[in-house]
Amino acid sequence: MKRNLLTFFILGGLILLAVVASQVVGIRLYDRVATNLCISLTLVLGLQVFMGNSGILSFAHIGFMGIGAYASALLTIPTMMKGMALPDLYPFLKDVQLSPYIAIAVSGLVAALVAAIVSYPLMRLSDAAAVITSFALLVVLHTVMTHWSALTNGPRTLFGVPKATDVKLAALVALLALVTALAFKESRTGKLLRASRDDERAAAAVGARIPQLRWRAFILAALFTGIGGALWGHFITSFSPRAFYLKETFLILSMLVIGGANTVTGAVIGTFIVTAAYESLRGIEGLLNEAKVSSQPVIGLTEIVLALAMMAILVLRPGGLFPTREIGALLARRFGRPEKSG
Amino acid sequence: MTFAIQFLINVLSLGGAYALMALGLVIVYGILRLVNFAYGELIMVTGYTLFLISGSALPWFVMAAAAVAMAVVTGIATDYIAFRPVRAKSVTAVLITSFAFSTLLQNAALLFISPRPRVIPLPEIFSRTVEIGGAITPMRNLLTIAAAVILLALFAFLMRRTVLGIAMRAAATNFTMARMLGVPANLIISSAFAISGFIAGVVGLLWMGRIGTVVPGIGLEPLLVAFIATIIGGMRSLTGAVIGGFVLAFIDTSLNYTLPQELLKFRDAFTFSLVILILLWRPEGLMRGPATGQRT
Repeated sequence: MKRNLLTFFILGGLILLAVVASQVVGIRLYDRVATNLCISLTLVLGLQVFMGNSGILSFAHIGFMGIGAYASALLTIPTMMKGMALPDLYPFLKDVQLSPYIAIAVSGLVAALVAAIVSYPLMRLSDAAAVITSFALLVVLHTVMTHWSALTNGPRTLFGVPKATDVKLAALVALLALVTALAFKESRTGKLLRASRDDERAAAAVGARIPQLRWRAFILAALFTGIGGALWGHFITSFSPRAFYLKETFLILSMLVIGGANTVTGAVIGTFIVTAAYESLRGIEGLLNEAKVSSQPVIGLTEIVLALAMMAILVLRPGGLFPTREIGALLARRFGRPEKSG
Repeated sequence: MTFAIQFLINVLSLGGAYALMALGLVIVYGILRLVNFAYGELIMVTGYTLFLISGSALPWFVMAAAAVAMAVVTGIATDYIAFRPVRAKSVTAVLITSFAFSTLLQNAALLFISPRPRVIPLPEIFSRTVEIGGAITPMRNLLTIAAAVILLALFAFLMRRTVLGIAMRAAATNFTMARMLGVPANLIISSAFAISGFIAGVVGLLWMGRIGTVVPGIGLEPLLVAFIATIIGGMRSLTGAVIGGFVLAFIDTSLNYTLPQELLKFRDAFTFSLVILILLWRPEGLMRGPATGQRT
């Protein structure tokens, strides 16, 4: 217990430190980076809840981020704007206009509900079959988002989403996600699920109902991913379905994998490292473009470097930077009195 | 009658392309039991190689051969870069490295070539049309059917009659046992990647012959097609993959003719939901592959 508290205080402190530092410096760019960092943290921690505990790679989560973003947008775009932004909207949604804060929570629930329905039968699958179906699920969600014009404005950009996310709200949600991820990991469900990750047969033999356990983790993960998506929507204020596809999936996965998918510490540290790398590489790309190094715009450099980093990490440390132990446990081991494991 | 011929040619040519795509994916999956997410990029590499050498005065067949050779090289490179170093460590790690490799290749194309479509040279025969029994059909459809028949026959011969093919089938059935009997594991796996690259290269030429251009994201659709066909046909059976390709082409073509315009947009969602349902009903796919052995 003490170790988990220590982990929470270190990681939470890190998040707070980043946010406070960004505010003290007072440059708008840093404010944006810090907000993005907190939103990414929510998404990555959501993914960690499922992937880290169940050991199953999931490509589908960005789809739930999209569901969250669109759900929250539908609930909050002012009635006046709706006629313009979504001309074919169903009548019963036309007059709905909630406060963004309520809408963000509701969209998390919507994403969780969708996840609960579609994932229930999928949780029986393991290994490659599970990965391919999660990939298929991402494609299905993306196709639906791209073509359900009445709700999403089709492949075109949806605009008019009110701006509601600031760095404080994003940080608060990220901290909540952190507590939940740590608590879930130590809960009965989390422990049984981790047992099934390490040895599926042995866990089943001692009575773990694996599909049920995975299902719970998946729903919780979708809840956070949906909330993260809604936060992002209220931050960016206009988006299209393209924002919720393979590129974003790659980014979130690289954050989790570089840090270490099995630990919450890994998820948080990975998000920090990748966000820092991403933002500086974007900066470099911008500089190169301004300097007109070549005749065409420089794009893709960021992804190339991230992909190389990801492959290097997996070759050298297949479990990521924090493969098994949380930071609290590592510190307690090194400095503290030997504590009884609990 | 005309409609029937049209329909048949459409299904056979699309099915031929789909079957080859699936075969290229399953040849690696069968042995390693690992999905190669960078498979679609083999097709992209073929296209860009063709684009880059299109300025030269070489005859088209030489350029095409060079492009396919490049796909083979990329296939082998995938093995060395994304698979071999992490293969024995964790399934998840390999899936992620191949996904990363795919992102790497795509973005390299974005950065060094262009995000915009690039025209690839095609021989004149690709744009010709012929009339068969009243149905007017592009020549390239018939070429696709011919290429599929020849490649599938060649492939069947390779797998049944040559030492390499028999060793590969042995490795797909029981990797450890095959190794103990002296089958060199790394060589077999690299050969599988080379064959995968060869098939992807040829099918890439035919696939891009439809549109005449190449873009960095061109590999996604073939990859998805290969996924679906592989799953319909049984994840580890080579025959199954081919049948799966034709079944998928039949479903797609029929949906094209029967679905109302409003729902046709959602066709991919329908086919993928079908995949999910099939996997739930039979996690091993419709056709059983060889008995499961252990992966290294």
